[in-house]
Amino acid sequence: MKYTSQAVAKPYFIAAIALFLGQILFGLIMGLQYVVGDFLFPAIPFNVARMVHTNLLIVWLLFGFMGASYYLIPEESETELFSPKLAILTFWIFLVAGAATILGYLLVPYAALAKMTGNDLLNTMGREFLEQPLPTKVGIVLVALSWLFNIVMTVLKGRKTTISLVLSLGMLGLAAFFLFSFYNPVNLVKDKFYWWWVVHLWVEGVWELILGALLAFVLIKVTGVDREVIEKWLYVIITMTLVTGIIGTGHHYYWIGTPAYWQWWGSIFSALEPIPFFMMTVFAFNMVNKRRREHPNKAAVLWALGTSVMAFLGAGLWGFLHTLAPVNYYAHGTQLTAAHGHLAFYGAYALVVLTIISYAMPILRGRAANPERAQIMEMWSFWLMTISMFFIALFLTGAGIVQIWLQRISAAPLSFMAVQDQISIFYWAREGAGLVFLIGLVLYICSFFVKGQSHAFE
Amino acid sequence: MKTHDTIPVTTSVVQSDMDVSMGKNEGDLPGDFAIWIFIFAEMLAFGVLFVAYAFSRAKNVELFNVSQLTLSRTSGAINTLVLITSSYFVVRGVAAIKRGFSTQCAYWLTGAFLLGGVFVSIKLVEFNAKFDAGITMSTNDFYMFYLSLTFFHFMHVLMGMVILACIIVKARHGGYSAQDHAGVETGASFWHMVDFLWIILFPLVYIIR
Repeated sequence: MKYTSQAVAKPYFIAAIALFLGQILFGLIMGLQYVVGDFLFPAIPFNVARMVHTNLLIVWLLFGFMGASYYLIPEESETELFSPKLAILTFWIFLVAGAATILGYLLVPYAALAKMTGNDLLNTMGREFLEQPLPTKVGIVLVALSWLFNIVMTVLKGRKTTISLVLSLGMLGLAAFFLFSFYNPVNLVKDKFYWWWVVHLWVEGVWELILGALLAFVLIKVTGVDREVIEKWLYVIITMTLVTGIIGTGHHYYWIGTPAYWQWWGSIFSALEPIPFFMMTVFAFNMVNKRRREHPNKAAVLWALGTSVMAFLGAGLWGFLHTLAPVNYYAHGTQLTAAHGHLAFYGAYALVVLTIISYAMPILRGRAANPERAQIMEMWSFWLMTISMFFIALFLTGAGIVQIWLQRISAAPLSFMAVQDQISIFYWAREGAGLVFLIGLVLYICSFFVKGQSHAFE
Repeated sequence: MKTHDTIPVTTSVVQSDMDVSMGKNEGDLPGDFAIWIFIFAEMLAFGVLFVAYAFSRAKNVELFNVSQLTLSRTSGAINTLVLITSSYFVVRGVAAIKRGFSTQCAYWLTGAFLLGGVFVSIKLVEFNAKFDAGITMSTNDFYMFYLSLTFFHFMHVLMGMVILACIIVKARHGGYSAQDHAGVETGASFWHMVDFLWIILFPLVYIIR
């Protein structure tokens, strides 16, 4: 660790992993509820489990992004963090607010929670992924602003690099687009239109800047390739991301009451969205092949390469599968979407956070890399989680295709619930893959506790 | 770890000193290799749009033909000449800097920049006439394509003008030389792409029936 203030990243990373575990447990609960409908009912109904599963995902990724930026910005800026105290304070506020929100979901009926938290003051609740009560939403804005402030102040007083510029832009976009979660017009078309400005422009826009910056940082560190090379790639990739991703929002505007030209705009631009992801894969492998040093942290290199490949498969390929309007006409809102959602979130965002944790955590614990045995265990966890998530996506794709056929194409279409019965075999298989994923995650957590001869700094 | 203290700015597209970074050798594409990635991606995007136009037209030839007659071919033709001439100016600008004449280079590029402005003005008059006639992207498929294609292209002209402006400023300050002028070539490549796209777009949308 070059700067002592980088240490504030540690609690963020630990919280991220803990919440990740929570997310997976609720995923398994829901996965079972798909086939055993009354499992844990009425204690944890499906809709609540789903809310917890998706909200925990967002929150742990945000913890990861914050920890990552508190770690890398001092190093990029070659100066101590502007205010480590503010970073720690923000951490606790975010953790307590996050935990209180999850407990609210679990312990209080959602309608009562809305009443308790002043939803009648400003009506923002009840929309997918934006279910958070008003105080939590305000809290998220404050936390994001404090994070942005701390990072930007650090960048301003130190060295300015492309990585810190791209990361800051990503964070600014993250904070700015979240503001649309406060806009909840009565008109359903408008509601959905702007809802995507949070959801889509986060994950297919500004978050990709954060992803690119984190990946570039780790690649510079573990390969020793010249900064200029990596930075130029980063520019090309993020430009392509924004060019395709922003108008690509149109692939959500096919059937919600928006003008028909979105079917063309959305189809064409989102069809090009895989390109920046493919470039990222080429970039990562290229850099590792051109490496000028053998970094002792082999696990971090694996996570980084894994991110580039899985992001392309999950976000790029699986997204493309159902992004063209004529295909989406049949595929909209089926299990195909769920397959894409799982593989894309895991491949792009879960993996990039795990990449930076894998790289930074040993250093935060006072060594260049973990002991060989710990790294081997970590790599096992990579393969278990990655392969099982790939299978989750495959099973859900199978479920989706059969669902589309039975429910929307066949001469005698079945009702939604009748189709769900027909595809239960896929759900069972998915649950099995989910259990393997959990084993991978537990192994990952265990790898932090493996003792042995660790690599000292050069 | 080798680090550098230079501050990369967002106009790195026009920076030239990093060519080796992406494996550039003598005889490769002119300018920075990164701009060619953009150019290929842009051509792909426009290519898909052109193909989509063709398929859409094939399904409704009559509507496309009737709507096409409402476009001003004269403005389109003038704009074609304007862009081709501007591209020639850019060529002269590159030739000038290859001989080390910074000021001449800046003059030629300024000429190209001004012609870009002429293109933009004529296009705005055209857009305005269509909007006054109550035509929107939702009027019919032809106008959807006409407005989308020309608007996207219009934005590229503006982008190209921004790039040219950056190069002009740098050239005036003697930022390029006979040996080091990849930045000029990079911007020139982008400008030629903008021109090239219009050369396809104009006959496709305005003329071919």
